[in-house]
Amino acid sequence: MEMEIEKGDLGLGLAVEKHVKYILSVEKRKDDFVSLVMEHLRLNGAYWGLTTLDLLGKIHAVDVDEVVSWIMACQHESGGFGGNIGHDPHMLYTLSAVQVLALFDKIHILDIDKVTDYIIKLQNEDGSFSGDMCGEVDTRFSYIAICCLSLLRRLDSINVEKAVDYIVSCKNINGGFGCTPGGESHAGSYVFLKAPLPSIFMILGDGLRVEQAGLLYYKRLNCSTIAVFCCVGALAMTGSLDKVDKDLLGWRLCERQVKSRGLNGRPEKLPDVCYSWWVLSSLIMIDRVHWIDTEKLIKFILDCQDTENGGISDRPDDAVDVFHTYFGVAGLSLLKYPRVKPIDPAYALPTDVVNRIFFNRILYYYFFNSADDDH
Amino acid sequence: MHGRPRKPSKPENAAASAAKAEKLCLLQSQFLSNHHNRIYTKEALEANAKLLEINPEYYTAWNFRKLAVQHYVSEAGSDPQAIKSVYDEELRVVEAALRQNFKSYGAWHHRKWVLSKGHSSLDQELRLLDKLQQLDSRNFLTWNYRRFLTELLNRSVEDELMHTEDMIGTNFSNYSAWHNRSMLLCKQLKAKDTGLKSKDILSKEYELVQNAIFTDPDDQSGWFYHLWLIDQTIKAKPPILTASWPSNGSELIISRKQCPGEHPLYEYQGLNIDLKEFPVILYFNQAVSGVSSSTVNVESFNIMWKPLSPCNSLGSEIWMAYLNLAGEDCHFEGPVSVELCIGQSQGILSSSGSPYSKPMHIAFTVTTEAIRLQDSGGHNPDMMSWEDPNFCADEVDPRVLNSDVPFIEEIKENKESTISEWQKDTICREIAGFRDLLSIKDYKIGKLTLARLLMADDALSYPYGNVSVHSCEVLELLKDLTKSDPTHSRYYEDHISLVLLQQLTSSEEMLRRHLFCFKGANSLSVHKPLCLRLNNLSLTCLGSFNKLLGVQMLDLSNNELQSIEGLEAMQLLSCLNLSKNKLGSFTALEPLRHLSSLKALNVSDNEIGSHSIDTRRYLFSSPLSHNESVKWDPNLVPSDAANPTNYWEAIMLFKALKLTQLDIIGNEVVDDRFSSFLVKIMPSLVFLDGQKLV
Repeated sequence: MEMEIEKGDLGLGLAVEKHVKYILSVEKRKDDFVSLVMEHLRLNGAYWGLTTLDLLGKIHAVDVDEVVSWIMACQHESGGFGGNIGHDPHMLYTLSAVQVLALFDKIHILDIDKVTDYIIKLQNEDGSFSGDMCGEVDTRFSYIAICCLSLLRRLDSINVEKAVDYIVSCKNINGGFGCTPGGESHAGSYVFLKAPLPSIFMILGDGLRVEQAGLLYYKRLNCSTIAVFCCVGALAMTGSLDKVDKDLLGWRLCERQVKSRGLNGRPEKLPDVCYSWWVLSSLIMIDRVHWIDTEKLIKFILDCQDTENGGISDRPDDAVDVFHTYFGVAGLSLLKYPRVKPIDPAYALPTDVVNRIFFNRILYYYFFNSADDDH
Repeated sequence: MHGRPRKPSKPENAAASAAKAEKLCLLQSQFLSNHHNRIYTKEALEANAKLLEINPEYYTAWNFRKLAVQHYVSEAGSDPQAIKSVYDEELRVVEAALRQNFKSYGAWHHRKWVLSKGHSSLDQELRLLDKLQQLDSRNFLTWNYRRFLTELLNRSVEDELMHTEDMIGTNFSNYSAWHNRSMLLCKQLKAKDTGLKSKDILSKEYELVQNAIFTDPDDQSGWFYHLWLIDQTIKAKPPILTASWPSNGSELIISRKQCPGEHPLYEYQGLNIDLKEFPVILYFNQAVSGVSSSTVNVESFNIMWKPLSPCNSLGSEIWMAYLNLAGEDCHFEGPVSVELCIGQSQGILSSSGSPYSKPMHIAFTVTTEAIRLQDSGGHNPDMMSWEDPNFCADEVDPRVLNSDVPFIEEIKENKESTISEWQKDTICREIAGFRDLLSIKDYKIGKLTLARLLMADDALSYPYGNVSVHSCEVLELLKDLTKSDPTHSRYYEDHISLVLLQQLTSSEEMLRRHLFCFKGANSLSVHKPLCLRLNNLSLTCLGSFNKLLGVQMLDLSNNELQSIEGLEAMQLLSCLNLSKNKLGSFTALEPLRHLSSLKALNVSDNEIGSHSIDTRRYLFSSPLSHNESVKWDPNLVPSDAANPTNYWEAIMLFKALKLTQLDIIGNEVVDDRFSSFLVKIMPSLVFLDGQKLV
């Protein structure tokens, strides 16, 4: 066991091989109670697990063809993807599908027009986005729509200005952002304030009491921290970060680092590895990450590893799960930890994957082939 | 998942879990089959309800219920009783799911959906909510539901304010209640018809929050609310113009150098200037919109005002326009008088909607002095060196010393403060209150709040930045904080840099200490260029640009700069030294893309290429952020580049510059391949890293 732990300059080091093994074992499990409860969001789970593998340089440990053909089986006639085969299409899983295909450099197998069509139909009159045909509105769906269309190079097919205006209308008193404009209603629609992304992270937990798991998770997760990520990310991808009060938001976020070195979600709360992603990526996008002590945070994440069986937990010596493993590894990537590939703070994909889509000559002409046939 | 100890699962748990798994598996497959075959029988709905009780996050199952409701409602036709009972059944199912897990989003979602249809009684809802809020007063889900219900029930803002006051009274550290209160007050402040003045609304809030802070100063909730209150108090300031270039009354002398038979070259203060694009810059105390040729009129010139902000936003503190002084034949004789009329007609607005209300004139003249040259040697740029012996404090042109420092561009009139008595009194009272509190005990956030109040007081009392009464006290507080809260020391250091720069630019006398005459310039120049040297000051970031609009030569070497945000304001900048700083990427140089006069740049000995994560990736115009100021063309990537996607930032930066001299050595990114790539994409370059290019 000792052999697998790197003796880096930061003491314990990252147990790469153990984490890879852990993720692969969880991805294979399908029949126990936990996996069944998470069945409806399996596509999302695949995204978190596979991105972690790629960040650790081990994406090829999975059978690409098998994953890709399963993903394509989750697609509906409408162009949207369900969380698993037979489940209704939803924006969340449509983004996960696009992200996983991007990881494998397989975006070209998609019918881009069809997926685009699914998303643009979910934009509302006020610029906001619904998550699916049920009409639920939330800024995280704005993030998802913008991220997805941007990766497909089709951002110009929606009303970006209105989408940005809607996000800006959700700015709250702290320079942060909410899930919907605070308390203000939208004529004619039953807007409600869905809390952020909780369910989609509850993936493939490890032998826990799932009935309780959700509750525990919701209890501790701070709405505004994830809403901040979604709004800052969406504004970043649309070149609108001038709409963010970077100093105010940056200070609020950097105050989330507590004495025990980790980041928490709200004042007076316990630290949690998941904020190493939500808070850190937001701080990086607004160039204020130097306001926290990054060395201490690296130490905190490494202390949350299960060095025996792999995986990372919320706090030292708690039980591990796949999403905290992602948050920990992605957090280390943002902190420039050696042997972890750099990750893009807005698209939540490895930087080389994002750069390939936006700057690679071949893909550039794939997306814009009509104008540049002569090349 | 959270807070669960790390231990192996026991075998008896495994057996029970397997049995539950089997049951769930059956329910799920049964449900999917019903859903796909659109079977909405009583049995199908009951099975669905059972599934949702175990797994309320199973979103497709809630979708199914909505479809089923539609089916039954259309069957019920126009019988209101039948319709109501369909919806009542849904409320019952939601309640059962909530009993299992009252924080299930899918369940709340469905409840709101049902209520929004308008067939159900709302009487029970507030009572249900009160019960839940007693269970967990900080749960944001119940707060969100409260706001939803408030809308639906049309409850008054006053009633809801009472509710938050009760909640805060029970527990000062209920940040959710403070937050809800701030949103309610925003509504009240916006509603003009209530007859309440913002002064009255906010005064009451100060009492409330003071009470909370002084009772429990260790809790952050009250402090955050206080910060918001201060912001509400001072943000209602009207926009004013704090600086311009050229400043009012200035007489600019342009040197016209001409060799026989050649086009003339124009210089201002010893450095080349393009008379076809002669910049005029306006600097406001806050971001404004609506600057146009009708709100800011320049007589006899056809101009376009544009906001100077890196993103394409409509509002900006800085607005600029170019005058074409050269005329058709590029032969400017002068003199010419230029007069700007600002705010004569309405239209300039702050982001909070306050109109610009102080019409004013800015007039300046531009004259030329001709210099006849015998040969054309002056046309070829010399390599400039930033070595210390080239700078001299004694030889600063006496003409400059006799007049004002050429780039303290402040507005000379209207020096009086623009704030109301109430604003001033409030800030003073708060400053006094926190000084008292801090004399009793040392609170980190109390010190920071006091520092912010003092800075706000200076900014309000002296909007032109010509006085900073409190800067010494603020620096003291910030230095204390750096020591007592080392985790966030870089936050305080950034603020220290800003206060230092404000101090340094607050008077001509202070600024003159940093003013040097550059002797290494082209020997044929009549005037020695002036250089502002802000080197070796441990600066981590930059500010106070409104005082520095006319700087042409700037030395920022040997600082700790990680960012040069805001530097785009210095539109006349021609030579810039950023060597020996901590700039970590090409994207950090984004402001330079807006400096069309920049000719010589030194970024040697920085950290470009040393960081795997780029913190300015999204503050740089590029295809990633869909705001390309220069269109990305993959053909610009050299075909021999090892990984073509590695060079994109460099391409997008240097393509926008017209440098003749670049020093970039001492950065991780630089190697032979990169140097030859730079030469290829910058045809204007004459000197690279001290070598003349052939």
